[in-house]
Amino acid sequence: MNDAQTLVVEVKAIEAVTPLIKHFTLGPPDGGTLPAFSGGSHIVVVMKGAARVHRNPYSLLSPPHELDTYQIGVRRMEESRGGSHYMHDAVQVGSRLEIAHPVNLFALDKIARKHLLIAGGIGITPFMAMLEDLHGGAVPYELHYSVRAPEHAAFLARLDERETGRVRMYYDSAGHAIDFEGLLSRQPLGTHVYVCGPAAMINRVISTAQLCGWPDSHIHSEQFSAPPVGDAFEVFLARSDLKVHVPPDQSLMESIEAAGVEVPYLCRGGVCGFCLTTVLELDGELVHNDHYLSEAERSRGKQIMPCVSRARCRHLVLDL
Amino acid sequence: MSAAALDFKPHETYREDFTFRNSPKAILRFPLPFPEDDYMYSVNIEPHVPGPAGSVTQFAFDVDEHYIAECRERALVLAAEPLRYQALPHMMSSQWDTLELIMESLARDYPEHFALERRGNRWHWINRPLEIDDRFVFGEAQSLPREPLDYITRQAQGDFVVMDQREGDLWTEAGMVTTQADWSLDFDIGMTFKEWHGPVPLAHEIGVFDRALKFLLNLRLGQPVRRLNWTMTVHPRLDTSPENYPHWGPDRATVTPHNAGELVHLRVELQGLWRLPRSNGVLFGIRCYLISLAELATIPKWGRRVHRVLKGLHPALVDYKGLSRYRDAVVAWLAPYDDGAPTSPGTGPD
Repeated sequence: MNDAQTLVVEVKAIEAVTPLIKHFTLGPPDGGTLPAFSGGSHIVVVMKGAARVHRNPYSLLSPPHELDTYQIGVRRMEESRGGSHYMHDAVQVGSRLEIAHPVNLFALDKIARKHLLIAGGIGITPFMAMLEDLHGGAVPYELHYSVRAPEHAAFLARLDERETGRVRMYYDSAGHAIDFEGLLSRQPLGTHVYVCGPAAMINRVISTAQLCGWPDSHIHSEQFSAPPVGDAFEVFLARSDLKVHVPPDQSLMESIEAAGVEVPYLCRGGVCGFCLTTVLELDGELVHNDHYLSEAERSRGKQIMPCVSRARCRHLVLDL
Repeated sequence: MSAAALDFKPHETYREDFTFRNSPKAILRFPLPFPEDDYMYSVNIEPHVPGPAGSVTQFAFDVDEHYIAECRERALVLAAEPLRYQALPHMMSSQWDTLELIMESLARDYPEHFALERRGNRWHWINRPLEIDDRFVFGEAQSLPREPLDYITRQAQGDFVVMDQREGDLWTEAGMVTTQADWSLDFDIGMTFKEWHGPVPLAHEIGVFDRALKFLLNLRLGQPVRRLNWTMTVHPRLDTSPENYPHWGPDRATVTPHNAGELVHLRVELQGLWRLPRSNGVLFGIRCYLISLAELATIPKWGRRVHRVLKGLHPALVDYKGLSRYRDAVVAWLAPYDDGAPTSPGTGPD
């Protein structure tokens, strides 16, 4: 996509729901409705800061049938390169933002016999919209939601009210831990598991499910990586005939965009594979931070996802 | 901008006496699928953005002079063979998505003929050409006389297939298919994208379906795409289904170099693909346009171009498109319209 296809929204409300998470309610500036979406979808928010443009993906957490506004949850990241800080510090009620149409890379499977949702911390957000799709339907579901302490649990009131008996809370502060082996080994055939949260939790769920014999098609996860900081490097764009400097705190994709070259993307979080770019020449090594390329593809060193990945090199030429 | 009022031809037929004809205006807007003098498959997908005023791509769903007759033809097919419409149980949200997309588009683009009033979930739909005026509750299937996809596609030209997206694939799991070029929804329902396209020759080998699938899995909301496909049909018969092969198959043996101009029709599919919002499914619209060779040859450039395309067509494609029996007769009929002059690039008439 490119920014020509974005929608302009106005921040209608901001609520601090935990010490680290703020909810932003976004709506069309002149009323009306926003595009319909399915639970699990995210939007990319374009934030035009003074020094640079940030484009971060956030899951939609508002009910898919309420389209006057969208709601996103933004966690203040400790090592933020600016996106979450911009949302927390610079954005106020009345601010205008641009967003891309919703994209769903974490959809519920429509033929599942049961849905098992596992959330860690801010990973609860896509599940809030999914629960709206599941609520009142014929397919059973349950949510296992793990947070540091009760004050870090967003949505507790909403979950208590609507999902009684289908939610189990786990508080680190009280010494609770999800028994992944127990949970994943006693599900009925046809269950799909969905996990969103910290990388360690996602990896744990996937490996445990595989050990328990779950087919890969029944294991779903979503984790948007923020582009990590790294060493500065130079890249040459062969088709554009352009040399671009990538500073430590800017991603390869952001640097290319700042130079005026558009890279197609959907998620900007290393998930969708849309920005896959061919590496033409490399003197050094690629630093892959995505969840898309296989180990074999990484080791060949011929492809990179510029949204989150970088390079440690003296010379890099991309087919852009 | 919305369309001018259409001059419908409600009594033309696509069977028995075959009174279907294109007006001169309809001939001029025919979507010729050949931008060059020869033809090979490609992933010829482009954004489904509004085309020039009056063209078949001006609006999301084209409505033309054949609208009423085509909807009646669909009703006849369904009366004889109800399984031409099918939807698996988990496709209900994509049925509503499709109904919304078609109603919104028709009401916006053809306000003289269609109107949609939405008050929350209470909708009021008016289809003037078909004299339909219904109030229903969006999301409640029992408030409509038929399932939502069945209901709305009986009021639209062209076939519709709805695909569910899961396991990194697209599954053909609902559809209305009565104007098809020799394929069957009843046979294909439940198939994956590549299973469904299994019979297409050459394209698998050159990776067309790998690329098309990858592209469609990432299809974005609000950014539909389109492509053209084509074959040929004897008589202006919309329903060339495997189920009815005994009715139309033998027609192919009746074509001669003398009658090909009237009998043989170029059959062009304007295929549109939309991401559906609530279901995350993909709607595949296959709109069929028919034009007789005689109508086609009224445009000199098209007479030359189609003659050259058919003369040079790859043997595997001649076979797959079912042209083996009468391709030579068609080429012979078109030959007098090809004086060897160069054709200009693109598909528009000179």
